[in-house]
Amino acid sequence: MTVKFTMTINGKEVQGETEDRTLLVQYLREHLGLTGTHVGCDTTQCGCCTVHVDGLPMKSCTMLTAQADGKNITTIEGLAKDGELHPMQAAFRENHALQCGFCTPGMVMSSIGIVDRHKGETLDEKTVRHELEGNICRCTGYHNIVKAVLAASEVMNKA
Amino acid sequence: MYEFNYSKASSVDEAKTLHGKSDDPKYMSGGMTLLPTLKQRLAQPSDVIDLAGISELVGIDVTSDTVTIKAMTPHAVVASSPEVQKAIPALAKLAGGIGDPMVRNRGTIGGSLANSDPAADYPAAVMGLNGTIHTDRREIAADDFFLGLFETALEDGEMITSVSFPIPDKAGYMKFPNPASRYCVVGVMVSQKGSDVRVGVTGAGGCAFRVPDMEAALASNFAPEAVADISIPDDDLNSDIHASAEYRAHLVTVMAKRAVAEAIA
Repeated sequence: MTVKFTMTINGKEVQGETEDRTLLVQYLREHLGLTGTHVGCDTTQCGCCTVHVDGLPMKSCTMLTAQADGKNITTIEGLAKDGELHPMQAAFRENHALQCGFCTPGMVMSSIGIVDRHKGETLDEKTVRHELEGNICRCTGYHNIVKAVLAASEVMNKA
Repeated sequence: MYEFNYSKASSVDEAKTLHGKSDDPKYMSGGMTLLPTLKQRLAQPSDVIDLAGISELVGIDVTSDTVTIKAMTPHAVVASSPEVQKAIPALAKLAGGIGDPMVRNRGTIGGSLANSDPAADYPAAVMGLNGTIHTDRREIAADDFFLGLFETALEDGEMITSVSFPIPDKAGYMKFPNPASRYCVVGVMVSQKGSDVRVGVTGAGGCAFRVPDMEAALASNFAPEAVADISIPDDDLNSDIHASAEYRAHLVTVMAKRAVAEAIA
């Protein structure tokens, strides 16, 4: 069986039809070519597939495309505006917060969620480490990731 | 995943109608357990009925003596609710420790309880706080709800609509999480409401259960030392790669002690 849907992906309305069982991450990668969203563990643990659904980070490997009908989806490709990196992306680059880069899209999407949840607060290292619990970096490059999130939160809170 | 038909209900009545028309249907709330189960081909429902479009199943209501959480309310909403944090801080804390932030944005209290995973957090809250499960057809007391491993008193097609918790005088929740999944190796919710003391345990056995010996000891002295020397037999406890039954039995006492300490802090 197939299911029809309409959603907004990175600001553009997308209408489509897919098998009922198609995962959101599959649709993004295989049908739309948005391969920035990665599949790491495929078991809801590593966070590489994190996208924003109506502004909240969620794991797109554990969500059906049909469940995203009517939703507003942002992927890593939708963050930069007019050729300018999002402050979180810029902070990851500045702080060398990536090694192999595989977990990076998910880390960036989750990290924006952390700053959003603590709007107006000064984030501390403990909070960032705790709230990154749903993202796994197998290069174990967490130190610089935490630094980047703290740096980006200052920029984002000023904006 | 095997193939299935997906449909989205916009009301409880519509969901029930869809359920009645299907061969082997499954309700889906947040999908945080159901989708991984389907991905592993451990289940093969003919129909998946999505409850996420039912607005009457979302929300939190706090009165002077009860916290009611509707079934489709995500963990993140419970954890960050100022009303829940004020009325039953231990419940907000429990919700904020489930899985990770992304899982908490999708997973729901109704889905968690209907599934009755032996390592889920919410069953400890229902047992430890004397919660009541409200369904589309009746009310089920905490003590009657959990029957065994992934087994509840819910009948075929019966849907949880909300869960209510009497506001206790004191409550505390402590869990020993699996470091990768954050599921409970053991989690204990303790509460005191007047002379009624409850100790609800998750993670240790096939489903959530109470510890009457600890409850009796705490009723005369609500302090960590009251439970320090009470251990439960490990005969029927879970044993897996994460922890032996003997270790889980040990953790029940340790977590109970810490939960009481948190409740009186």
